[in-house]
Amino acid sequence: MTTSARPAPPAPPGGAGPRRRGVNWPGFRSLSRAMFRGFVRDRAALFFTILFPVLFLVLFGSIYKSSSTPRISVVEVGPVSVLDQARAGSHGQLDKLLTVTHSTSLAHALNEVRQATVDAAVQQQGGRLIVHYSIADPTTAAGITSVFSGIVQAANQASSGRPPAYQLDTRQVEDKSLKPIQYLTPGLLGWAIASGGAFAAALTLVGWRKNKLLRRLRLAPVGTTSIVTARIAVSVAVAIVETFVFIAIATTPYFGLRLTAYWWMAIPVVICGTLAFMSIGLLVGALAKSQEAATAIVNLVVLPMAFLGGAFIPLAFAPQWIVKVSYVMPLRYLVVGMQNVMARGDGPASALPAMGILLGFAAVLTVIAIRVFRWDEI
Amino acid sequence: MSAAISVKDVRKSYGSLRAVDGVTFEVGHGEFFGILGPNGAGKTTTLEIIEGLREPDGGQVTVLGLRPWPRNPALLPRIGVQLQATSFFERLTAREQLRTFAELYRVPARRADEMLEVVGLTSAAATRTEKLSGGQAQRLSIACALVHHPNVLFLDEPTGALDPQARRNLWDLLRAIEAEGHTIVLTTHHMDEAETLCHRVAIMDQGKILRIGAPAALVRGLAHPVRISIESGLLSADQARALADGATIADDGVSLTFTTTEPAPVLAQLAERNALGGLQVAGASLEDVFLQLTGREYRA
Repeated sequence: MTTSARPAPPAPPGGAGPRRRGVNWPGFRSLSRAMFRGFVRDRAALFFTILFPVLFLVLFGSIYKSSSTPRISVVEVGPVSVLDQARAGSHGQLDKLLTVTHSTSLAHALNEVRQATVDAAVQQQGGRLIVHYSIADPTTAAGITSVFSGIVQAANQASSGRPPAYQLDTRQVEDKSLKPIQYLTPGLLGWAIASGGAFAAALTLVGWRKNKLLRRLRLAPVGTTSIVTARIAVSVAVAIVETFVFIAIATTPYFGLRLTAYWWMAIPVVICGTLAFMSIGLLVGALAKSQEAATAIVNLVVLPMAFLGGAFIPLAFAPQWIVKVSYVMPLRYLVVGMQNVMARGDGPASALPAMGILLGFAAVLTVIAIRVFRWDEI
Repeated sequence: MSAAISVKDVRKSYGSLRAVDGVTFEVGHGEFFGILGPNGAGKTTTLEIIEGLREPDGGQVTVLGLRPWPRNPALLPRIGVQLQATSFFERLTAREQLRTFAELYRVPARRADEMLEVVGLTSAAATRTEKLSGGQAQRLSIACALVHHPNVLFLDEPTGALDPQARRNLWDLLRAIEAEGHTIVLTTHHMDEAETLCHRVAIMDQGKILRIGAPAALVRGLAHPVRISIESGLLSADQARALADGATIADDGVSLTFTTTEPAPVLAQLAERNALGGLQVAGASLEDVFLQLTGREYRA
C-alpha cells in the first residue's frame, strides 16, 4: 500500500470554506445519481413500480377491449336467402352487428346454440324464417328477435312494391362516455404512481436509518434539503417515465387510447401526485422500524385506496358509497385529474383543483412526518 | 486553541441509565487517541457527542475550536466519520460509493480513485458494496471518511467484526493514515488494538473514564509482576529458588515460570547460567490495568 501520493499535511479540500445555505448542487447531483442507480439496479423495485402496473394495463386493456363490442353470432342452416339479401342490401351495416357462419346440420347448429358457442341458428322454409335462440342472456335474446323481425319486415315491405309510409332517420350524438382504455390508463397509472412514490420514500427512509447512512449524511456538508430534493427528483423522474410508458402502450392501435388536446397537463398532475404519495411514504418511513413493516403499511394504505379512489373501479361504475368515500382519498384527485385532461378533453385549468388538493395533502403530511421523524433507531 | 478536541465534564443519560457520566479529556493535534472499554461502557455515545450526532445533557465539547452541536456546517468538512455500521448507498460499486461521498464534500472524482488505491481496494473497485468482505467494507468505509482529507478522523470500532488477518491489515492502514498527521480518535473494545495503535488511551467503564495515559505508562504504573518462563529441566527447583530471591516459582513440567516485580536480576542470572532456552517474558497488559481499576476481569 502506498500513501505517498497524498499531500502530507491534512488541509481542507479546495471547496471548503464558508458554505452557502440551501441546496448543495454537487451534493444534490451525487445523491440523485446514487439513488437512481440504486433504483435501476433493484430488480424487484423495478418490477413492482414499472413493469407490474404495465402488465395490469395490458391485461385489463385486453380483457375490456374484447367485451366492449358485443356481436351476435348466427349460424345459417342451409340457404337463408332473406338474410343474405338483407346483408347485401345493408351496405355492411348488418355485418357490424352479426357474425354469420354456415352449417348443413340443424341438430349440430342447435347444439351450438345450447352450448352458447353461437347465439342463434336460422333456417328458411319457403316464406318462413325460423330463428332458434336461447334466453340465457336476455339482452342478446332481445337483440336477436328485434334484428330478425326488422329483416323480415323490411323484406315484406320491399316485396309489396310500395314506398314505406314511415322512415327511420337516425342521428348519432357525439359520444362523451369513456371507453374502458380511457379510464383504465389514468386509473392504473394513478395507482402505479401512488405506490411507487410511497414505497420509494418509505423504504429509503427506513433503509438509510437502519444502516446509519442517514446519520452519516448528517455529518456530511449536505443539508436535509439536498437529500429530500434528490429523493423527490428521482421519484418524479421515475413517475414521468412511467407516464410515458403507459401513454405509449395505451395509444397503440390495439388499445386505442386517444389523447385529448391538453393531455400534457397530466404531467403536472403526476408531479403533484408523486409528492402527495411520497409524503405518505415519508410518514410511514418515520414510524416504521423495519423495511418489512414499511412495506406492509404502505400496502395497507395504498391498496384499499386503489379500490376506493377510482383507480381499480372507475368511479362512473362504482356504487354511490364508494363515490362518496373517494372524496377523502388523495388517489381520487390524481386519477380524476389525469382523466379529465388526458381522456375527457377538459381544459388545462380543470386539473388545477386536483393539483391544489394533492399539494395541500402533501404539505400537511410532510409537516406531520417531520414531527415524528427520528434520525436513528434509539 | 492548543487541543484538537476538548471534552469537559460531558454527561448524557437515557432515562435512569447514565451512559456518559462526567467525561473530561483532551486530544492533541496529530494524536492517535483511543477510547477503550467493554461494550456498553459509553464509548460510542461519547464519540457521537463529540461528532455532533447527539446533544449532551451537560458539559462542553469543542472540536478544532468549534462547537459540534447543534450541527455545525463549518466543522463538518474538517471531520471524517466512520460509524459502527458500514453505512453505504445500496447497490453501488466501491468506486461509485466513494465518488458519491467525494462529491458530497466537493472533492474531485480523481481524489476518490486515489483513496481507493490508498485503502487497497483498486481491484474491488467494480464490486458492489454488498459483496465486499468485512475487511474490504471497513476499508471502504474508512476511505469514505477520509476522502475529503479531514483534520480529525473518528473511527467507531473499525475492527469490530473482522478476522485477525483483516484486523492486522486495517491496523497497517490506520498507522499509515496517522503518519500523515491526521488526528484520530478511535473506540475499541480490543485491548491489544488500543495498545498497538494509540498514543494515549482513555479506559472507560460505566460511563466514566477510569484512567488516561499512554498504554505503556498505564501498564508500568501498575507495578505488576512480570512472568519469566524457560523450558522445564534447565534448572532444578533448588537452583531456581537460589537464583531468584523473592520470586514465585512454578514448574508445570513444560515451563518453569518466575513471577517477580524485579525481573532484571532474574534475567541476568539466567543469562549467566546459559539457561535461556524457550525464554518468554510477559509483562502486564492493559487487561491487568482494567482488572486493577474495576476489580473485575475484562470482558469485551
